[in-house]
Amino acid sequence: MTSVLYDVPGPKARRVSLIGSVIGVVLIGGLLALAIVTLAQQGIFQAQRWAIFGQADVWTLILNGIGATLSAAAISAVIAFPLGLLLCLMRISDIAWIRIPTRIVLEFLRGMPVVLMMLFVLLVFATSSFIAVVAGLVLYNSAIFAEIIRAGIQSLPKGQREAGLAIGLTSFQSRLSVELPQAIRRMLPSLVAQLVVLLKDTSLGYIVAYGELLRAVQVMADFLGPQFLFPVFFVAAAIYIAINLAVSRLAIWIERRGSKKAAGGVAKAPTAGVSTVVK
Amino acid sequence: MDVIIESLPQYWDGFLRTLFLAVVSGIIALVVGTLLAAARVSPVAALRGFSMAYVEVVRNTPLTIAFFFAAVVLPRLGVTFQQFEVAAIIALSAYTSAFIAEAVRSGVNSVPVGQAEAARSIGMKFGQVLSLIILPQALRTVVPPLINILIALVKNSSVAGAFYVLELFGYGKQLANEHGDAVMWVLVGVAFFYLLITVPLGYLAHQVERKVAIAR
Repeated sequence: MTSVLYDVPGPKARRVSLIGSVIGVVLIGGLLALAIVTLAQQGIFQAQRWAIFGQADVWTLILNGIGATLSAAAISAVIAFPLGLLLCLMRISDIAWIRIPTRIVLEFLRGMPVVLMMLFVLLVFATSSFIAVVAGLVLYNSAIFAEIIRAGIQSLPKGQREAGLAIGLTSFQSRLSVELPQAIRRMLPSLVAQLVVLLKDTSLGYIVAYGELLRAVQVMADFLGPQFLFPVFFVAAAIYIAINLAVSRLAIWIERRGSKKAAGGVAKAPTAGVSTVVK
Repeated sequence: MDVIIESLPQYWDGFLRTLFLAVVSGIIALVVGTLLAAARVSPVAALRGFSMAYVEVVRNTPLTIAFFFAAVVLPRLGVTFQQFEVAAIIALSAYTSAFIAEAVRSGVNSVPVGQAEAARSIGMKFGQVLSLIILPQALRTVVPPLINILIALVKNSSVAGAFYVLELFGYGKQLANEHGDAVMWVLVGVAFFYLLITVPLGYLAHQVERKVAIAR
């Protein structure tokens, strides 16, 4: 790895950084050891606490939790993406009375916590917690998708739209058949990265009593006894992280693939700002 | 709508608590995140590896999991908190620092290598290169994403309300229970107070972005 900050190290610098590495490993290893010893004192590593994972019922509950998590995420994503496209088109419309209200709505949706939207749908419309979770995720993520795609359209060279208009396309036709396809392709890495955020946010369903993975952990710990909380939690957290890491990798892979293509002529989207999807 | 005016004291209390959580966790996360970013670009391999692992794992962990760990699992492991706020601040700052580390790192990496090479070639020391050449340029690109992370932090602090901390969302839930007939207005009020923080911050991020934008 090359860094902007220092040269390729020589023998002396290598020695210094080796010493630094050893000290770093000792420090980090020490902290980890301390954590493990503390956990061991609480009896976390007793085999019987982990033996529950030999039971089929435990796995049924965990798998149900994963299923609930993934189905909420998948349904939300499938609804939110087209809705985001529509919102994006409305947000950049030439007609002021479409553009301005859409802008206000988007600003509103982006500025609110997702869990508040879930609670709102749950209580005000008295729906099931599944619908509340999906509605909350759809409302929030369609706004984010809209903004990502808008950033993509704005990053296109002006000539794209001008050329579209010049050959007699209407403004809307130019958006639909010239600009959007390019924008979506450019923003694919950001869009996939936002899917990780969406997937993570399904765990907010725990708060509105949706039976997702974390809720399954709570139910099991209540049922089996508090001493099993840590093992079950540990496994559930590991599953969450594994799924999200996989989707993140996918985003990075798409980004690499995109930038390889970029070398072959397609301009690369500006990365500053737009690629930092935050949640 | 009367319920909003009637509950203004609770809203105000929750608003201050939300601000408190966001400011304290924000400061801790900025410090920890910058340290993590420094470790990530340092020549020491062990620090680089640790920082990378931390950022990767935490960024892919749902915040609810972090809260659940801090508020529910830790106490059963013998780590108890006098106040739930402490658990909330731990979860929020641990989570946010990973995002800050990533933003700061990308800022440092966005500076063209030639800048540092030129600085070194005219005889600048590491400290000079960093403080005079790299950081001023890196910070320009990083401030808007940092503000966006802080906006996310404000919104994320709502999860604390579900874990026994009475901030805006916590009060919102409580008030919604008390005023079953006016749930909508109660929550609209809560939303208003969140927007009071997040919308101006978003505007600020946008302005900074326009002001510091440099064509490279």
